[in-house]
Amino acid sequence: MPKIESDLTRFRQIVRGRVREELRRHLGRYEMFGRRGDQVVSIPVPHLDLPRFVHDSGGRGVGQGEGEGGEGRRAGDQPGEHILEAEFTVEELARMLGEALELPRIRPRGRDELQTRSGRYTGISRAGPESLRHFRRSYRQALRRLVISGGYDPSQPRVALVRADRRYRAWKPRPEPFANAAILYVMDVSGSMGDDQKEIVRAETFWLDAWIRSHYHGLRTVYVVHDAAAREVDRDTFFRIRESGGTVISSAYTLCAQILDERFPAADWNVYLFHFSDGENYSRQDTERCLDILAQRLLPCLNLFGYGQVESLGTRGDFYDALRARLGGDERVALSRIRDRDAISDSIRTFLRAGR
Amino acid sequence: MTLPADLAREQERIEAFARELGLTFFPVVFELVDYREMNALAAYDGFPTRYPHWRFGMEFQQLRKSYEYGLHKIYEMVVNNDPTYAYLLEGNAFVDQKLVMAHVYGHADFFRNNVYFAHTNRKVIDAMANHATRIRRYQERHGVEKVERFLDACLSLDDLVDPNAAFRAPARPPAVLEAEDEGPPEPQVPRLPAKPYLDRYVNPPQALEAERRRIERAREASRRLPPAPERDVLGFLLHHAPLETWERDVLAIVREESYYFLPQRQTKVMNEGWASYWHSVIMTTRCLSGAEFVDYADHHSGTVAATPGRLNPYKLGLELFRDIERRWDRGQFGPEWERCDDMAERERWDRRLGLGRQKIFEVRRLHCDSTFLDEFLTPEFCEEQALFVFERQPKSGATRVASRQFDEIKRALLFQFTNGGRPVIELLDANYGNRGELLLVHRHAGVDLRLDWAREALGNLASIWRRPVKLETRVAGRAVRLGHDGSRPTEESLESTAQAAGR
Repeated sequence: MPKIESDLTRFRQIVRGRVREELRRHLGRYEMFGRRGDQVVSIPVPHLDLPRFVHDSGGRGVGQGEGEGGEGRRAGDQPGEHILEAEFTVEELARMLGEALELPRIRPRGRDELQTRSGRYTGISRAGPESLRHFRRSYRQALRRLVISGGYDPSQPRVALVRADRRYRAWKPRPEPFANAAILYVMDVSGSMGDDQKEIVRAETFWLDAWIRSHYHGLRTVYVVHDAAAREVDRDTFFRIRESGGTVISSAYTLCAQILDERFPAADWNVYLFHFSDGENYSRQDTERCLDILAQRLLPCLNLFGYGQVESLGTRGDFYDALRARLGGDERVALSRIRDRDAISDSIRTFLRAGR
Repeated sequence: MTLPADLAREQERIEAFARELGLTFFPVVFELVDYREMNALAAYDGFPTRYPHWRFGMEFQQLRKSYEYGLHKIYEMVVNNDPTYAYLLEGNAFVDQKLVMAHVYGHADFFRNNVYFAHTNRKVIDAMANHATRIRRYQERHGVEKVERFLDACLSLDDLVDPNAAFRAPARPPAVLEAEDEGPPEPQVPRLPAKPYLDRYVNPPQALEAERRRIERAREASRRLPPAPERDVLGFLLHHAPLETWERDVLAIVREESYYFLPQRQTKVMNEGWASYWHSVIMTTRCLSGAEFVDYADHHSGTVAATPGRLNPYKLGLELFRDIERRWDRGQFGPEWERCDDMAERERWDRRLGLGRQKIFEVRRLHCDSTFLDEFLTPEFCEEQALFVFERQPKSGATRVASRQFDEIKRALLFQFTNGGRPVIELLDANYGNRGELLLVHRHAGVDLRLDWAREALGNLASIWRRPVKLETRVAGRAVRLGHDGSRPTEESLESTAQAAGR
């Protein structure tokens, strides 16, 4: 039934178009992690339908069965709102994000001369392993040889390969510019960060990840959480963990500096550090220490330092202001305040507009 | 794929049974399809070819997904056509295929004989294919998106057709315009002959004046477009909207298909009930082998199962047909029966008339869902079937059984099945306010419109009419006039200005 396929394709096109249009508005609202298979993300989109003149159902109707007047069963009284899913690869999402927020592409630091041996089977050679033998090319060669030598009889077209006829697929190395990249995500998980805040961080890191990933091969990610002390965790823990207690931000920065020194020497790596916190630090002295570590040990190794202050109702941290006062002019530093989900797109733009 | 030999043999047997039992139908052609084809066909409402449109793709994707998750399985599909086409799902058990075939003969008989289907195009498969060709051609000529936009606009209004069109006299040809050159004649006020001195009393000037005004108003009204409130809004647009030729044709296609599907929407309960009645008769009395009995019973009960909180049209229709048959067999009708209020006697009532079969054949010819329910739903039936009205509590959001009263149930059912459960909307005036605006009215029957959709649909109407459009309705008890001026929705309250009487 090829006809339905074309309608299906058209439908998907429309859905994608709609997602693209509304990406900016809904950036923080998509349930990105609902189903995340191999680099494919399903985004639920509201049911597309033709608007008609219909009654507002009001939940009234006729049913059949036993039951007393009273609390009825809730199940099945209404047809469910169909939720459609559109599937996108992460690269595609990153591209759409770039278009929606008008982000400049990232220019990896230096190291254009660094080359990798990436290659594809694009050539043909006379020698190679049998597993790569090119069947058609080999027989074409044999046929050519026979025709030239006059041994070809069209009434009895028999072609046999000899050693010299054999052709093999060949692997051609292709130099590619190469850059290593790593992202360090740091999150404050002290008692004052609620679930809403974490959701915001989650959505934001998803997009940052997607965008930066689309510019590098083999991106590494490191997750660090901190309250009064800092530790490295895996991705799942990063989003699920709920600690309580105070906040000593310098602990996290010290750990990051350590990780950078050990694993990501500045010469070979493009490193991004994003820190999300509600901005309440333990003491002014610690804030001072943070700024020192940042300026002296971290920034020299970083492409970008992004600080997102996730603000909840009633709290108003001052870490943002401290950072801005001391490092506001540094082009490696991007600061944003995220009040709610709708602010995510602006925040992402703030982080990525430098194209670093 | 055509049927394999064993199924073809079975078809012959079942067809013979169906004829013997009095069913009449166009030739029935079965095709065996796999589930992918079945889903695609279902997305196309049973037709192998439809015009290209995304909603078919959407439908298909949903069907496919729910099939893959095991949420549904389409056993059968029938197309009202001559010959009647029906699809069987490949890989179903033999007994299921038999059941489905028997069921299909019920539908085929209904399509052929029900009066609401009398005017449907019986060569509709060809017509649909032609529509597809025409729309493809327009898409090639004018651009896919342009045609699609217009098609979307038409489809969003495709309920605005006249459900009684089948019983209307064919539209009058437009009045001949010969007299136009002469200009409108002065309205002649008839006078009674009288002597001059009596004239003042025989023909009082006030009465003459009033009469003159009445004639003038009548003339005014006859110039109005449409002369009377019009249900067939699509037909009106087709004749009067300023459309390009291709747009007119697209609109005509949408309208034609809407009229084709209309009787199926009007007879859902009857059609399914009738087919279920006959599959159960054919299977249980004629063509079931002992080994198949349990499987048959299982699937039959699955088809007519009453899911909690939902009304199964198969079940309702089947039971109602059986109830009618039983009542007419026992003579439980007519004035004597109506007058009898002795419960014990009603229980025993049996005149041995044996008119049941004959009656249900008559019913299937003459009724649609709303008249069927209106005429044959009885308090006893509602009680026996444990029907109830449910209602969602506005505060808690919980759904509750609101009533088991016969009147309430009947009212709710009739509301659900009148006009396919869609609001009744009429076109009042095509030159509203003498500004060439369309005025429609929603005949409010106790339930408001879904407003966001109504606004969008009005926008679509405005894009076709190319002038502002208005719709009078009630929202939360207040009379309002929704509208769309082509770029954004409008809304005005009608509460302060008294609504014109008679609307």
